[in-house]
Amino acid sequence: MIQLENVTKTYPKASRPSLDDVSVGIEKGEFVFFIGPSGSGKSTIIKLLLHEVAPTQGKVMVNAKDVTSIRSWKIPHFRRSIGCVFQDFRLLPNRTAYENVAFALEVIGKTKAVSRRVVPEVLELVGLGGKEHRYPHELSGGEQQRVAVARAFVNRPLILLADEPTGNLDPDTSIEIMRLLDRINRTGTTVVMVTHDSNIVNQMRRRVIEIESGRIVRDQARGVYG
Amino acid sequence: MRLKYVLNEVLVGLWRNVTMTVAMIITMSVSLTMLGASVLLYLQVDQMKDYYYGNIEVSIFLRSDVTEAQRQAVDQAISSNPLVAERTYETREEALKRFQELWKDSPEFVKAVGPNSLPESFRVKLKDPEQYKTFADQIKGLQGIQDVIDQRTLLEKVFNIFNAIQVGALVVAGVMALAALLLVGNTIQVAAYSKRREVAVMKLVGASNWFIQAPFVLEAVVAGLIGAILGFVALFVSKVVLFDHKLQALTNILTPIDNGNVWLMLPVLAGVGAVVSAVTAWITLRFYLKV
Repeated sequence: MIQLENVTKTYPKASRPSLDDVSVGIEKGEFVFFIGPSGSGKSTIIKLLLHEVAPTQGKVMVNAKDVTSIRSWKIPHFRRSIGCVFQDFRLLPNRTAYENVAFALEVIGKTKAVSRRVVPEVLELVGLGGKEHRYPHELSGGEQQRVAVARAFVNRPLILLADEPTGNLDPDTSIEIMRLLDRINRTGTTVVMVTHDSNIVNQMRRRVIEIESGRIVRDQARGVYG
Repeated sequence: MRLKYVLNEVLVGLWRNVTMTVAMIITMSVSLTMLGASVLLYLQVDQMKDYYYGNIEVSIFLRSDVTEAQRQAVDQAISSNPLVAERTYETREEALKRFQELWKDSPEFVKAVGPNSLPESFRVKLKDPEQYKTFADQIKGLQGIQDVIDQRTLLEKVFNIFNAIQVGALVVAGVMALAALLLVGNTIQVAAYSKRREVAVMKLVGASNWFIQAPFVLEAVVAGLIGAILGFVALFVSKVVLFDHKLQALTNILTPIDNGNVWLMLPVLAGVGAVVSAVTAWITLRFYLKV
């Protein structure tokens, strides 16, 4: 599903590469943690997968497609097969939970009829049934992140990328979000999560890839934070 | 639904920043008025050239001591010249009569001119007025000719003035257009900033580039179109007020301005206003949206 082949990424003006000759493969339906200290290059992987940045060297394959060879005007379409969740939720403050999720559908050309059918369903799935018409500021952090997960998942992406999704949440809420991601993973969606929350990694016992200074130093099935 | 969304975004965008929108529309309309005036003047001068050059004459004035033989030689040369379409001969008496008729309001001036002060002349219409130089060169050498004068050189001075006005209007149009473009760029930047969250989410979920950009570009196009309509109204009103009323006397000299030409300015100004705004907005977005 995801294949990095000898990927090196050096940002302009940076003295050393953020990713240095990284090769890794992720199968369909896997749940993978990327861990490592700040600045180790974890987030660069997310950016490469979304084609927000291009690799300096090497190949990035997503869903059997070479990401770097996608024409720039086709990138939006490519991104529809990937859902994204971030530490800071990135919800629109002037829209309700329902509208935030519906917005994501409607700007990619889905009709209102489709969102009326699909959005309540996915909000129910993330455990926000009954709170569809609350604005983000009326929701707790955990609930806001659920809205964000609903938005990322509503289009049934093949891959869900999560960039420190529990970074702003307390431990109990974090566990709930992890249960939600786990449930989404069980529907067959590949989940790639960048984190440095050792608690969560240790509880989940999933594949752990540790990165340090741009290199993979550990790749372990059913791993712990270490 | 998408069309409704885009249109709604356009209206909200224009209203959100209404002072900037007004400034944008005003500069745009002034610029387009000047552009329209300049184009109209160009069409007008073209039309006047056709009109006047068609009636243009070359005058060959004869010396006061011209002999009968010389006169006949000149007459012969003119009649046999292939460039000549038509020729008339004017005696001193006829010249005086015409002069008296022309200046009948100043009898003192007329009295001062005796029957012998005005030269006799041939009036020649050329088949092609542009061939004046060739014709003059061929005829000038003959004996008994005082001077060869082309009315065209007089007209050219008048047209030079029109050209200067036209260039002036174009320069003003250009300067105002620059101001309008900067305002369009600025408005788009402000709009892109105030919608940065929506844009970020749209990029994230894979909304197509045109869908993200269309509201911004259309916002500029709508402002450009309103500016064009205002510019056209200004042009039409000044045409009616200036040429049909206040300066009606001038229309005897200027050929009348065709209303069709004025109406033609509406699509021209609208097209220029819309396209220029759209391109400016689109280029601005390249820098500030990075889609």
